[in-house]
Amino acid sequence: MSDSYSNPVLDIKGLRTSFYTDDGEIPAVDHIDIQIHKGEILGIVGESGCGKSVTSLSVMGLIPSPPGRIIGGNILFNGENLLDASEKRMRSIRGNEIAMIFQEPMTSLNPLFKIGNQLIEALRTHRKWSHATYKERAIEMLNLVGLPRAEELLHAYPHQLSGGMRQRVMIAMAMICDPKLLIADEPTTALDVTIQKQILRLMRKLNETMETSIMLITHDLGVVAEVCDRIAVMYAGKIVEQSDAKTIFADPKHPYTKGLLASVPDIRSKTNRLFSIPGNVPKPGSIKRGCRFAERCQYAMDHCFEQDPDLYSFNNGKHQVRCFLYEKEGESAHESTITSS
Amino acid sequence: MNQPLLQVNQLKKYFPITGGILARKIGEVKAVDDVSFSVHHGETLGLVGESGCGKSTTGRVLLRLLEATDGDILFEGQSITTLSSKQMKKLRKEMQLIFQDPYASLNPRHTVEKILEEPLIVHGIKDKQERKKRIREMLSVVGLDSYHASRYPHQFSGGQRQRIGIARGLMTHPKLIIADEPVSALDVSIQSQVLNLLKDLQHKFDLTYIFIAHDLGVVRHISDRVGVMYLGRLVELTASDALYDEPLHPYTKSLLSSVPIPDPNLPINDDELLTGEMPSPSNPPKGCAFHTRCKECMDMCKTTRPVFKEIKPNHYVACHLYNDEQAHS
Repeated sequence: MSDSYSNPVLDIKGLRTSFYTDDGEIPAVDHIDIQIHKGEILGIVGESGCGKSVTSLSVMGLIPSPPGRIIGGNILFNGENLLDASEKRMRSIRGNEIAMIFQEPMTSLNPLFKIGNQLIEALRTHRKWSHATYKERAIEMLNLVGLPRAEELLHAYPHQLSGGMRQRVMIAMAMICDPKLLIADEPTTALDVTIQKQILRLMRKLNETMETSIMLITHDLGVVAEVCDRIAVMYAGKIVEQSDAKTIFADPKHPYTKGLLASVPDIRSKTNRLFSIPGNVPKPGSIKRGCRFAERCQYAMDHCFEQDPDLYSFNNGKHQVRCFLYEKEGESAHESTITSS
Repeated sequence: MNQPLLQVNQLKKYFPITGGILARKIGEVKAVDDVSFSVHHGETLGLVGESGCGKSTTGRVLLRLLEATDGDILFEGQSITTLSSKQMKKLRKEMQLIFQDPYASLNPRHTVEKILEEPLIVHGIKDKQERKKRIREMLSVVGLDSYHASRYPHQFSGGQRQRIGIARGLMTHPKLIIADEPVSALDVSIQSQVLNLLKDLQHKFDLTYIFIAHDLGVVRHISDRVGVMYLGRLVELTASDALYDEPLHPYTKSLLSSVPIPDPNLPINDDELLTGEMPSPSNPPKGCAFHTRCKECMDMCKTTRPVFKEIKPNHYVACHLYNDEQAHS
């Protein structure tokens, strides 16, 4: 493991993605650092508008431009900076080395094409094989994701499948080129709990057998606890806390993480009153100065409204928190150098 | 025992499937199939189940937004299934609905004031000053300011919109609120605010809730009693703690174990993991609707529909496992 830790599959350094609208610049992702190692599942958790999906689209080079633009930082994929890669190079990476699954299995499949056709589309682009080999691989993948009657399924249309089956097809499609990194953006949000459990198991199994690294984006803390090795909590475009999953749940440090964990009604016991974080999730770009969470934070001090806190680290940098409460306790973590493009 | 606020007897709602050029009926979807329960004054009854289990349809049939195919609904002892629409309109003052999507359920062209005023006009409060006063009061009750009255829905966040939706439901001082997934479109930190608000309002206005949701954690938190639905049928109904701590029906057991728990130290337990998916309600399996996915399935489950009956005091289950004579034979 020590070897793979020195060379992460994905190394995002100081990424800044902004959208330019009539109301001015909106920094959706503001200086974030994320590393994903080989065979690791990283969960990115946050509420709507915190920038978690923009982060994943930045990695894929799919930020709609205009209005969006990546204005700073580096995205290193196996050492190669994706922000410098040509569109041709990006096309050879997308769906091949980095694959993505989306939230809506209903809208992500083309209703006019048969499943088999859509499954091997990525193969046709990235692998020059014979048609028989394509088909063989497609059947192999459908079996791998636990879909019965694979041969028949190749000739089915998306509307003939249920939501859970469609999401399995999406996963098969994403994994067909054996990617090194799989980005899953809310993969189970549209599914029922019993189906969600099946899909999460499947992702964990694929992660173990194929050693694929996974970036799992979700708002559901239960889901991250179930599958993730490490968790990054995002709030208003910044990562406010990052650590291994057990530490985040056992010893959350940032007031936002604490509040979020306390807000979830636990199925195991009945509480009379839920903790709730006051106020609303800020609109992206509405807070210009100071800690983004200060307004809603019960521990906020005067300088929280003036200055943006650094990342302070615990446990040899494995647990990082962006909060002035830990200014003295934690050592100041090394912030990556920011390069503007 | 005193009379329940709402009594539902053998409620059925079948939707026809039509086909062919004459649009003749060729089948039916049994969205709600023989459901009975009662709701007592001041309590919260949770209805849970996966999508397509009929929980929302049940809510709509109770308000007669959809006409029941069969069965009876008694509100304060009075049967409402046969009431004329005029009589029903009067009664709707007493029973109101809160919708899931705070983005779609508020008219974007109306100010908050107009949205909240409408139920008062409909139910005949003629004095304009009185209406304004009630709107101001209700806004402060749900945690909004009086200056919000002149704004439009798009100027609010999702959580604030849901507060407006709740305020609208409460304008006529109803006795029964049917809340259909009221928090599922909200962020976690906002969801807990709205849940707390609903609890406060229940105490303040002496409300009775039917709370329809798919999130089992939320339902446990808010409900006194919980009913679990599967393919249009109630499979288990009991007090919230009893249901979550000692579920009896195999479906309830697997549903509960499917909920991801925010604790990474828990061992991975796949014993109750359900295989397969819910069958189509237009063609439900014979016998017990759950037998195709049930681990405890016996021969009789495939042929005979289990009766929904009281197994323990106030614990209703529809499952052959708890059918004494059969289980021992």
